[in-house]
Order: sequence, then structure tokens, then C-alpha cells
Amino acid sequence: MKQQKELKNIKNTKNVIFYGLIGVLAAVTLASLIIIIGYILVNGMTHINFEFLTQDPKRMGKEGGIFSVIIGTLMVTSVGILIATPIGIAAAIYFTEYSKGGKGVYLIRFFTEILAGIPSIIFGLFGFAFFVIFMGMGWSVLSGGLTLAIMVLPTLIRATEESLKTVPMSYREGSLSLGATKWQTIVRVILPCCRPGILTGLILGIGRAIGETAAVMLTVGGSLRLPTSVFDSTRTMAVHLYVLAAEGLSMEKTYATAALLIFIVLLINTSANLISNKLGGNNGNEI
Amino acid sequence: METKFEIEKLNLYYGTFQALKEIDMSIYGNKITALIGPSGCGKSTFLRTLNRMNDLIQGVKIDGLIKFDNQDIYGKDYDLIELRKKVGMVFQKPNPFPKTIYENIVYGPKIHGEKNKSTLDHIVERTLKEVALWEEVKDRLHKPALGLSGGQQQRLCIARCLAVEPEVILMDEPTSALDPVATSKIEGLLEELAVKYTIVIVTHNMQQAGRVSDYTSFFLNGKVIETDKTEVIFSNPANKKTEDYITGRFG
Repeated sequence: MKQQKELKNIKNTKNVIFYGLIGVLAAVTLASLIIIIGYILVNGMTHINFEFLTQDPKRMGKEGGIFSVIIGTLMVTSVGILIATPIGIAAAIYFTEYSKGGKGVYLIRFFTEILAGIPSIIFGLFGFAFFVIFMGMGWSVLSGGLTLAIMVLPTLIRATEESLKTVPMSYREGSLSLGATKWQTIVRVILPCCRPGILTGLILGIGRAIGETAAVMLTVGGSLRLPTSVFDSTRTMAVHLYVLAAEGLSMEKTYATAALLIFIVLLINTSANLISNKLGGNNGNEI
Repeated sequence: METKFEIEKLNLYYGTFQALKEIDMSIYGNKITALIGPSGCGKSTFLRTLNRMNDLIQGVKIDGLIKFDNQDIYGKDYDLIELRKKVGMVFQKPNPFPKTIYENIVYGPKIHGEKNKSTLDHIVERTLKEVALWEEVKDRLHKPALGLSGGQQQRLCIARCLAVEPEVILMDEPTSALDPVATSKIEGLLEELAVKYTIVIVTHNMQQAGRVSDYTSFFLNGKVIETDKTEVIFSNPANKKTEDYITGRFG
């Protein structure tokens, strides 16, 4: 009896210690997140106003707003995502639905994984050497978009592949047994099931693309003018932030830009989630 | 009596393992044929050769002859899509698509090119009535099919299969995941369906085979031991092994 009681006490103490430890660690994680976002927002929000959002930068960004920079950011990110999405989804479909796991596929997959771990400055260097110089695209939205596309491709492929794998075999069988072709099965049954997963991949990709600095600096350039086509050079918010801070032009504008960047990322995430839920609801997707 | 399927000397291998051995069988039109036998005896595998679902599995090799309406379905020029349209399948676990009830049923007709809204509406009503599900779901056609009960889902899957107007329906233990009430509903349905369709049903449940089928085929270790009229199989089987299985001595 006594022994049992002791054992129980030890167990209880262990429980309390681990429970406490996990609680503290969770609190640290949450606190650091709140502090960072809170610090940026508190310092930045006060400087965001109508003028800041609608005017182009003046005197290298010391004065004026960041309108052209916002547009530049959105353009570069959109071009990157628009190029990466179809390629990424197609690649994932090929890997999971068509390839029979040969050596070639193994190699492609292996390199895709490596691609995901390469520092972004290397992508920048490649984009600069290949798109900017070799292809003659110069510093432009297109060069940057293409570079970002290569960068977010692994994330997108991974996320799509994972969600394709969760679609039960029985859906495929059901569709094929009705006389559907493999392609019809993929387009009409499998992909709709994967929308939430693909969207998650897209959000991660957008997050990575919109906040990217090194790769973009080397491929998009740093022009402060409003870009009128994808062949123009521009400056993204992350690059603007870097330049403002590194050259000590204006701390106020730096924080304001940072706050706005966080705000935009949050906005994209929330709306993507909303869209995802809405899409799911309409089609009876409950996966 | 019309012969739908004519199977001659069918052998099937999963890699080096031979799952079906020298199978000869005839499946007659507008009759219910039950395939019985212990687990792993090859009855499901055999069923899936009839609409070539085994094509999906890597490493499957088949020789022998399967003729459907006198055409070799493993022949080079045979249209697989056409085969699957004519030979529908209902699976062990109900597998409605994560779409609405309506979308589930019109899926087949749509992929085969039917676009007319009123035709599609008509197909939905006809097939749901055929499986006696219409009254239960007519007010929620545009609700998710996954919200239905297991038995309703299985009847929906049968309706989905009927929507492409098959001639044969293959059923792979269609009631094994269902409760007794749902099971008896589906069994009742089979009799009515046999008027229009040819049915081949795999079942673990011998009473079920006895209740619903016209012909019964007993499988053991990849071989067909005996095929005959169901009453003969159950009352006066020719083979000792069949008798042992049916009387519950093994299986």
C-alpha cells in the first residue's frame, strides 16, 4: 500500500512538473509572437495614414508614402504565385497520380526538397544571373516573379501532394467504376477534395514571397516609381523596409512599412481561410 | 437464357502469387449470381476482373478469356470506358463523393456528356426512386451526401451506379458495413433490380446468398469449386467441400 502511494505521488509530481513546463514553453512562444507583432504595430500604426498609403515615396522614402511600393509588392507576388501555382499543382498531380515511382521521379523529388532548403540569396543570385542578365529581362517585376515562383514551388508541390494523398482510394475507384477517365477523376473528384490543402500551400507560398527580400532585391531592383508593366523595375515593401532601416532614412516610415506588411499578410491569410471554408461548405466537402 | 459473361480458363496473378486459378463460369442476364467462399478465396478479385478494376493494381497479370456480350474485354481494341459504363460497381464501404446528393448521381451522366438540366433532374428522380431513397432525400438533394446514414449512402451509391444505365451491377459485399435494417432494405432492392439488371454479388453471408440469389458460385483458394442454381448449392451440393462450407464446418 505504502509503496503504491509513493509511486502515485511520484507520478503526480512528474505530471505537475511536465504540465508546468509545457505551459511555460507555450507561454514563451505566444509571448514572443505577441511582443514582436505588438511592438511593430504600436510603433508603426501611428504613422500609417491616408497620405502614407496613397502617395509615392519622396526623397528616397524619407517623406511621402509607399503607394508605388505597395503596388510593386502586390505585382511581384502575384506574378510569382500565378506562375508557380499551375506548375506546382501539375507537378504534384504527376508525382502522386501518374508517376510509378521510378528513379527519375525520385531524383526530381530529391531536388525539389533541396530547393526548399536553399537560402533565398542564392535564388536571388540565380535570378540575377539567369533572368536579369542572361535572358535580358533586366531588373523587372517579371524577373522577380519568376525567381519567387521557383522559390515557392517546393512548398506548393509539397502541400498539394500531401492533400492529394489524403483523398481516399475509394473515391478514385468510385469514379473510375462509373466509366470516368483518369483525368476526369482527377479534375472532378480528387482536386475539389484538395482545395483546402492547395490553398494552405498557396498561403504559405504567398507568405514566403511577399516577405522575401534578398532574392527580390537582386531581381526586381529598387526603383521607387510606380511600375506600369511587368517589365518595369520596382521595389517591394520588404526591400523598402531594408533600405529605410539600413540607410537610416526614417525609422517612422520603416515601422509604418513593417506594420503594413504584417497587416497585408494577416489579411491574405484570413481571407484565404474564409474562401476555403466557403468553398468547402458549398460542395459538401467535409475532409 | 442470355449469357452476359463467359469466363474461360481465367488465371490471375498478383506478382508471383496466383489469386485465381483456371476459372470457368457463365453469368446469366437478369439473374442474381452470388459468389461465396471464405476470406481470401479470390471472390472479390474475380468480381473486379469483370469491370477491369484490377487494372489499377500494380503487378496484376491476367490470362484466360472473359467475354462480355461475346466480346473479349481484355482484348486490345476493347473500350474500357464503355465496359465500365455497362458494368457498374457497388463497393464494400459506401463511397459517395464529398459532393451533394444530386451531384453524386449526375456525376456519371455528366462525364458521359449529358448536359441537359431537365434530363439530369429526371435521372436523379428515377434512380433515387429505383433504390427507394427518393422519399427520404427529395427535400435535401443539394445537401452533402456524407450527411446521410451508412445505409442511405450505400443506396445512393447504387443509384449513382444506375444513373449511367448499366447492364450489369457488380456488388462487393455491399451490406457488410451496414446494420441489419439497412441490409434488409438493400436485399429487398436486389430482387427488384434484377428485373432490369444482371447482378453479381460477393457476400460473406451465406444466408444472404441463399435469400437473394438465383445462382451461387463457391470459391475456395482461388478456384471455383462449384456453380449451380442456389437451391441446388444449398440443398444438394455436388462437392463435399461446398457442403462442408455451407454447413459451417469451415470458413
